[in-house]
Amino acid sequence: MALTGLFLCLFLAGHLAGNLQLIFGTSLQFNEYALFMTTNPAVKILSYLTYISILFHAIDGILLTFQNKAARPIGYAKTDGSSSSFASRNMAVLGTIILVFIVTHMVNFWAKMHFDESMPLQETVVESPMGELTLYNTVNGSYVNKEAVEVRNVTDFYDPQLNLKVGQGYKDLHKITFEFFKDEKFGLIFTLGYVLAMLAMAFHLWHGFQSAFQSLGATGSKLTPAIKLFGKLFSVIVPLLFAIIPIYIHFSK
Amino acid sequence: MSAAKNININLKIWRQKNASSKGSMETYKLDNVSTASSFLEMLDQLNEQLVNEKKEPVAFDHDCREGICGMCSLYINGRAHGPDTGITTCQLHMRMFNDGDTIYIEPWRSKAFPVIKDLVVDRSAFDRIQQAGGFVSVNTSGNTIDANSIPVPKDDADKAFMAAACIGCGACVATCKNGSAMLFVGAKVSQYALLPQGKVEATQRVLNMVRQMDEEGFGNCTNTGACEIECPKGISLENIARMNREFLKASVK
Repeated sequence: MALTGLFLCLFLAGHLAGNLQLIFGTSLQFNEYALFMTTNPAVKILSYLTYISILFHAIDGILLTFQNKAARPIGYAKTDGSSSSFASRNMAVLGTIILVFIVTHMVNFWAKMHFDESMPLQETVVESPMGELTLYNTVNGSYVNKEAVEVRNVTDFYDPQLNLKVGQGYKDLHKITFEFFKDEKFGLIFTLGYVLAMLAMAFHLWHGFQSAFQSLGATGSKLTPAIKLFGKLFSVIVPLLFAIIPIYIHFSK
Repeated sequence: MSAAKNININLKIWRQKNASSKGSMETYKLDNVSTASSFLEMLDQLNEQLVNEKKEPVAFDHDCREGICGMCSLYINGRAHGPDTGITTCQLHMRMFNDGDTIYIEPWRSKAFPVIKDLVVDRSAFDRIQQAGGFVSVNTSGNTIDANSIPVPKDDADKAFMAAACIGCGACVATCKNGSAMLFVGAKVSQYALLPQGKVEATQRVLNMVRQMDEEGFGNCTNTGACEIECPKGISLENIARMNREFLKASVK
């Protein structure tokens, strides 16, 4: 639990840095980043490590929960929770909420980015003497006229007459994300769901971060207070920043 | 301190005829309990009343009645050893309760601590863990070296002494939501791991004691910290971290 948990904390920090480009970057910057994250071999290795970590963390957690429930077949008639924190007593519930969130999150974004054949592509609208002109951005920094090319294999631009590939576009994950959280019917529900999942994440990390070091035996009179402080800051700041992004998108013009 | 007075209380007590019977919570009314009496004296008073009524008295564990033997148990109003900290049940006084209070009294709940009768549980699982490694093998054939002739750093000696303060009462197991015995085993492992006399058998000790702990059916530690709060002897979580370090070290040897 400790090792996979700490690795997932690193993943969260990286994921957050990427997501913040939705607020602070342009759509092109974000889509360039999304392309890099789905194609770079080093990132691929890291992403597989992340999938495995999530899986092991969840399976390990479920097994632990069952073992721990079995260790007390008859419960108490009266309990008093004052000797432990809410988060520490509810890690399994919080973890389940996060797992459900991860699955829906991957269906909504990860699966679209990887498998959706009708992904929109990054476009740029320019003023020209003929009026407004819509261009596709290509991955090598140039543009092709949207009217003049045919899109094949999701991202390849082909000249229809010559039947030659003239460029490759960026999948517009930025647009997908904005449309998702700005959806007229469900945008607010999706935003609220995301924020609630981040609240569960905050509580999960509040206990989990310092707990991982305790499990690994990495404690000391100077080390432990530092880890506890860092863990508390991490568990508040990271989910908060994650949650701000969909709120910002939902209310953006 | 205010003068002692008499209070009337309601008791909800777990009654179970023997290890194989089902058991249930029974309600009793007890009048004129002096707030100066200890919790166990209150139970003595109840038993006297029950005997006079020709009813079976409540079986509960007790021995020294001065907070040293670790015999008295009892889960009182949802807390191990009741509503006070750093005490055993014999050190709990009725001044902690008010007139008209309903007090829940339950046995330690753990698969590894089966109920023998009423509030008495079998804690021999702790003995078996101790027998698995909670000792140092000393040659007693006449050439035993005086312990004081082996220099021990003051800091280590203090920590070992604090760990050795564990009286094996089982409050840590009772209060842990996972029914984990990690604080007990952590204290016993630490007590020896910190001293030169214990170093010789350190590797086998931690492996054997942890194996025995798991075999007894105790749950896993999820670092909620409830054990540390409820421990009558103030055994710190640091001992669990030390055991984790010892275990990791021993596992890779």
